[in-house]
Amino acid sequence: MSRGVYIIGSGEAKYGELWDRSLREIAVEAGLKAVESAGIRTKDLGAIYMGNSLGGDISMQEHLSALMSDHAGIASEFVPSVRVEASTASGAAAFREAYLGIKSGEYEIAMVGGAEKMTELYGSEIIDITSSIIDREWEAFTGATPAALAAISARKYMADFNVPREILAHISVNDHANASLNENAHFRNKITLEQALNATPIAEPLNLMDCAPLSDGASSLILASENYVKEHGIEGVKIMGSAMSQGEFALHSRKSLYTVEPTRIAAETALKQAGIGIKDISMVEIHDSYSIYGLMALEDLGFAKKGNAREIVENGIGIDSNLPVNPSGGLKAKGFPYGASGVGQIVEAYNQLKNKAGKRQVKNAKYAMTHSQAGSGAASIVHILGVE
Amino acid sequence: MSGIVSYGSYIPKYRVKPDEIARVWGEDPDNIKNGIFILSKSVPSPDEDTATISVEAARNALKRGGMSGQEIGSIYVGSESHPYAVKPTATIVSAAIGADFKMFAADYEFACKAGTAGMQNVMGMVDAGMIKYGMAIGADTSQGAPGDVLEYSASAGGTAMIIGREKVAAEIKSTLSVTSDTPDFWRREGQPYPTHGERFTGEPAYFRHVTNAAKMMMERMQTKPEDYDYAVFHQPNGKFPTRAAKVLGFQEKQYKEGLLTPVIGNTYSASMMTGLSAILDEAKPGDRILAVSFGSGAGSDAFHIEVTEEIEELHKRNVTTVRKMLEDVKFVDYAIYAKFKKKIVFGEEVE
Amino acid sequence: MGELSRMWREMPSRYRMEGRKCENCSRVYFPPRDICPVCHRDSIGKMKPVDIAGNGEIISYTVVHETPPAFIRQKPYVLAIIKLDEGPMITGQIVDSEPEEIKMGSRVKSVFRRISEDGKSGVIHYGYKFTLEK
Repeated sequence: MSRGVYIIGSGEAKYGELWDRSLREIAVEAGLKAVESAGIRTKDLGAIYMGNSLGGDISMQEHLSALMSDHAGIASEFVPSVRVEASTASGAAAFREAYLGIKSGEYEIAMVGGAEKMTELYGSEIIDITSSIIDREWEAFTGATPAALAAISARKYMADFNVPREILAHISVNDHANASLNENAHFRNKITLEQALNATPIAEPLNLMDCAPLSDGASSLILASENYVKEHGIEGVKIMGSAMSQGEFALHSRKSLYTVEPTRIAAETALKQAGIGIKDISMVEIHDSYSIYGLMALEDLGFAKKGNAREIVENGIGIDSNLPVNPSGGLKAKGFPYGASGVGQIVEAYNQLKNKAGKRQVKNAKYAMTHSQAGSGAASIVHILGVE
Repeated sequence: MSGIVSYGSYIPKYRVKPDEIARVWGEDPDNIKNGIFILSKSVPSPDEDTATISVEAARNALKRGGMSGQEIGSIYVGSESHPYAVKPTATIVSAAIGADFKMFAADYEFACKAGTAGMQNVMGMVDAGMIKYGMAIGADTSQGAPGDVLEYSASAGGTAMIIGREKVAAEIKSTLSVTSDTPDFWRREGQPYPTHGERFTGEPAYFRHVTNAAKMMMERMQTKPEDYDYAVFHQPNGKFPTRAAKVLGFQEKQYKEGLLTPVIGNTYSASMMTGLSAILDEAKPGDRILAVSFGSGAGSDAFHIEVTEEIEELHKRNVTTVRKMLEDVKFVDYAIYAKFKKKIVFGEEVE
Repeated sequence: MGELSRMWREMPSRYRMEGRKCENCSRVYFPPRDICPVCHRDSIGKMKPVDIAGNGEIISYTVVHETPPAFIRQKPYVLAIIKLDEGPMITGQIVDSEPEEIKMGSRVKSVFRRISEDGKSGVIHYGYKFTLEK
């Protein structure tokens, strides 16, 4: 018999360029904050799931499950620990594994960590390494980078739907505005539309302000079973829907350059599990590693028809709008530590639903949707959280 | 009789003018233009080398001949700028054209005549019945030290000749070589740029070998300069081949078609072969061609060639001619040229 | 660090664009696939090598300014998704052209170029790129 699963605590290390902090330090900080916030002790943990994308390439450190467990002082409890990798959706994938572990009845409490240290390398080497998230043999080898593929999608999208650069820029402007209210965000400066439009080109038509930064960061959540929550009288946030869908790896293998079919399928599935409609969503955290992916996500998640995301954007996506998008600051401004972001989005949703989001609190937040995308859209993970 | 069954060339798209090079090194560009008669030279892209140029030339030759790579029984690539000191360019070409596992292949080096030495080698194999068709390629991305006079001429290009006994478009009626140990130009192992003997490269080297090889060939074939429709010589610059032609008694109309150095520079191993390729683009059945290469060190290979009716079949194929490659160009300045030619070096870790 | 076998085994596809054809449904795949994603198990043992001519059309493209190490001398360079005449779409660099000359729908043909190298003493990796068809 399946059981309900709840989030009962969250913790986060600040996102940004953390020159003086190591991968293990930030991972442990987020994890222990989450444990503290949940009011549990580490000996209560049934399992640890670590989301990380590029630790092996950037820090030459795999086996983050052991690193996290040991340095959080949990090794003496001999708790099972595993690292989950699904590229830029690693964090969300780790969260989903923890959810499934509890839902199955195997564990009562699990810790999810997402950590990434993106700034250990400098120069163009990091561009090569981040290109591990796309097909090395048939995309990266030929000169493709994650930004280049997003730009190829953007150019086609803009041409087919006659969408100007301004619409893309709005996604980034909104992220920066929200991040200015988030003390854990990488960038806390607001940007104007002009600044967003006139930044240095990265991969045309995308410029620096269309691209999420290389951030260090770690986020963590504690999940608990329905039994545990009831027994201890904890008011958790319920995981109402959790879905992942995997499609073609390389962008050139897909039917459309601007439809991420896995996003559409995962959203549909998650909404069905939650028993709610897309209009019931109070806020959404979308995977806007590139501004174009933000527009594509709004459409593929079901908020707009294909090519119509501009209507949502033009109607406003700020914290006080009908559809607050990325109140955390999103990948562009809260920051983009690959394996942490998927957890970070859920940390934001959790805090919003717990009414603990401070200045960026979305009013009457009841249902939150989070969307994490792997690579150029090979896979998507959608979660729906709610308070009853 | 064996001969050229098909041919193909490739010249990179970029060009730099002597004015640009002279501007950087404080020389008088008119001196260069008048002195060595070079008006521009080809520049390879950063992603081009002797292997890529050889492959493009080989593919053009196969396409023009309507042939597949599997019909090629041997590949010899002559160059003095093979991308590897040890590891053949010929293997890269064979893989890129889809040649058979069972085949003859090697790289040659004899300064600027390694390509024509390959032609002679393939002819011998064809005539001996070892192979049906073989390919000889002359290709280079030649090096000239910054500021050296060679920098005005050292360029890039390649030509592939497919040689066989069937469907011959240009019969090679005879070939001969002259060889002597003459240190006119060399590059020691591990050195990035060649060294040359300046004026010593003229009389005792280029002229002695080229004119003697040409005379010997005419003697052997009992021909006179006026018996040839075309004459083509190795072209280290625009001046030498013109003077050699005049000394031998050839007229401008005979050598102008094959004289490419004034616009593409010295393509080294590809120089005479690309001139021959340009001539074959225009030649008519019955035309006679005298072709003489020169390799420093030194030696010359002479060929007496007679064009057959098969040439008309080759002209029908939709393959870029040498003249067309001379039209579709982009000029770059010295800085871009230096970047492309990797004269601007940055740390090993970034490349 | 160096990569030998990884590059070597892909040479037929990198050097001369050898793809695969599913003999069950006749669809052509490039890059090569061992299983036809349409026919699934019915394609086992039926994916045969097929030569791709290398001609196609630009579906979309970008001008890349932030480049990986191997492409620094070519910055900015054009990267495109190309629909090959045989059907498949692939990713490739467009060379010998200025970004202004590139259009969606431009016809391109494949050329053989150097892609990257394992440092100054390592092996050189060659493969396909594209130029505008004139």
